[in-house]
Amino acid sequence: MTGVMIVFVVIGLAAIGWIVARARATRLQVEVGRLATNSRPTQHGWYVALWTAIPALVFLAIWANVMPGLIYETVLSETAAQQLPADDFSRGAILSEARAIASGAQNGAFNPLATAFVEPFREATSRYSAVGAVLAAILAVAGGAYAFSRVKPDFTARNRVERVVMWALLLASLIAIVTTAGIVASLLFESIRFFSMVNPIDFLFGLKWSPQSAAMGYGNDDAFGAVPLFWGTIFIGAIIAMIVAIPLGLMSAVYLTQYARPETRKWMKPMLEILAGVPTVVYGYFAALTVAPALRSFAATVGIPGASSESALAAGLVMGIMIIPFVSSMADDSIAAVPQAMRDGSLAMGATASETIRKVLIPAALPGVVGGVLLAVSRAIGETMIVVMAAGLAANLTLNPFASVTTVTTQMVQLLTGDQEFDSAKTLAAFALGLVLFVVTLLLNIVALRVVKKYREAYE
Amino acid sequence: MADMQTTTKSKMSARGVNVFYGEKQAIKDVSIDVDVDDVTAFIGPSGCGKSTFLRTLNRMNDTVASARVEGEITLDGENIYAPSMDVVQLRARVGMVFQKPNPFPKSIYENVAYGPRIHGLAASKAELDEIVEKSLRRAGLWEEVKDRLGDSGTALSGGQQQRLCIGRAIAVEPEVILMDEPCSALDPIATAKIEELILDLRGNYAIVIVTHNMQQAARVSQRTAFFHLGRLVEQGPTTEIFTNPREERTKDYITGRYG
Ligand SMILES: Nc1ncnc2c1ncn2[C@@H]1O[C@H](COP(=O)(O)OP(=O)(O)O)[C@@H](O)[C@H]1O
Ligand SMILES: [Mg+2]
Repeated sequence: MTGVMIVFVVIGLAAIGWIVARARATRLQVEVGRLATNSRPTQHGWYVALWTAIPALVFLAIWANVMPGLIYETVLSETAAQQLPADDFSRGAILSEARAIASGAQNGAFNPLATAFVEPFREATSRYSAVGAVLAAILAVAGGAYAFSRVKPDFTARNRVERVVMWALLLASLIAIVTTAGIVASLLFESIRFFSMVNPIDFLFGLKWSPQSAAMGYGNDDAFGAVPLFWGTIFIGAIIAMIVAIPLGLMSAVYLTQYARPETRKWMKPMLEILAGVPTVVYGYFAALTVAPALRSFAATVGIPGASSESALAAGLVMGIMIIPFVSSMADDSIAAVPQAMRDGSLAMGATASETIRKVLIPAALPGVVGGVLLAVSRAIGETMIVVMAAGLAANLTLNPFASVTTVTTQMVQLLTGDQEFDSAKTLAAFALGLVLFVVTLLLNIVALRVVKKYREAYE
Repeated sequence: MADMQTTTKSKMSARGVNVFYGEKQAIKDVSIDVDVDDVTAFIGPSGCGKSTFLRTLNRMNDTVASARVEGEITLDGENIYAPSMDVVQLRARVGMVFQKPNPFPKSIYENVAYGPRIHGLAASKAELDEIVEKSLRRAGLWEEVKDRLGDSGTALSGGQQQRLCIGRAIAVEPEVILMDEPCSALDPIATAKIEELILDLRGNYAIVIVTHNMQQAARVSQRTAFFHLGRLVEQGPTTEIFTNPREERTKDYITGRYG
């Protein structure tokens, strides 16, 4: 019996337990009358089902991990094992080959010695699988029977089932947290390795970025100065994109909240929000294939020097468009949250609609808008696809928006794609960049959420 | 009632006013005059249309998409619903104070300076300072806030906020001040202060106050109008309305039989 099958058997047993327990609980309920029972029949059913499934499945999970060790030991106790070479490495190679053949993952033996072990492997595997399956089935039946014996009118199955549900929910949320912690830990760990090779000061404040030359052995001295990357990221994500997104987002929010008729708002707001759902690679295409060439030919006609086919402006403009829905929906929420009384107060003073918007609504909504903008910036600087496709790779430290610049995320992609050794400074630099990006976006998010929360409180 | 004193000059007068919210009629054929020398109180059970009628007097109903006003309302003999009437000018002349204090989330100074700024009433900073001080003095708030004009208006107590809103309305030198239950969100002490203030302001402005508080109407007003179910049931000198109402419904309301 394979592992998958026994899992299905256990689940099947649980289902049977559920049905039987529910039927019994229903019958009991009818006998004692509805009021005397603490839990509904279904909850008794779940109680039995959980007792059937959980211990057996937990056992199977553990068994799956200890079984290979047991199999190896059994195989090694064979007489043929005495012919195996003494050193662990070739011994391991032969055994894993035999195991691969036994499980059908490999056909012929490369090492003739391995053939002798195929049969023992096969035997041991099926033996231990069978043992596991039987034990699991026994556990399932025993658990189910125990739980079933407790199905009584006054048994608090509901509370117990709910407790299991609570634990399951807790587990689910822990998984997200633990994963985050794991990611941060790995970023930190790899970054520390990087900083043992490259001075953090040189990395954070160096003006020259050329990891390739370092990899080729031209010396580490000034090849990992990340300032041009930071600048490119800020130039595109926090400057150009925001110059596009803030006014457009704010104006569309003002239009939607103050001027648009309800019917207009009803279709226009979702349309705007669809912008946020477009995959960024599509924006990247648009930036690289449409916007960038247009900008370059524009720059060439006007005679702007240093224009490149990949430019900060192309990436920034398109990123700004992408960010509009973030800014506009945050601004929309904050403007809508300004009490109607503010607006009335201003209008009653004889202010016009536009004076009211400029002098009362927007200032009152400003903290919320600022929060939205900070979130948008944090999203923009972490954005990868658009800049990979449209911003270029040249680590230029320039103010010319028509020139090519590169960003943190672009370089991370660059450093980690292709064949890499995982302990060179070049590869590890990607983790250090990732750490910087992580810390900056985290701070931005924290500040943004603080600002927004403060603002919400102001009107409560 | 509609034919009374149409010849004497009233500050504002309404003739045959109907107000609709969509299909629903909230005000039915109301005619009334408001004089400069008087504080006029609108009383009546909640939902009878007091606020709605008050808001027709400075066209705040324009901000409600479904609202429609019929009839004639004049300010110094000029129809305020005429196409030639500039609503911005109108609202500068007919100020309003709301039920819940609604200072802007700006400094105390900026709250009061808001109106004069948008209407261009001050030529210089010094002049603006003067207007702010004068308005806050009239609103009886100056002594309490003169050392902290830069603090946020929203940080004041409820009663102070409401006086700030009155000061804000006064700052544009209106001719009429409309107050919609200005004390309903305040404690008794703050309420007493506002009532005192209304008595002080009387004579400088035509004041209309909506109130659900009978004693308040009796204390601050010289004329009272009783609304019921969208109609103006009775109006007259306050003492007369309270001591000797002509209508049975007025009597019932004043004696607290309903409302
Ligand atoms: N914006 C509005 N839209 C529709 N109906 C309204 C609106 N405002 C008030 N009303 C209705 O008009 C009537 C009068 O309301 P209102 O003037 O607020 O009464 P009052 O101030 O005397 O309590 C009520 O029936 C109320 O439901
Ligand atoms: Mg009202």
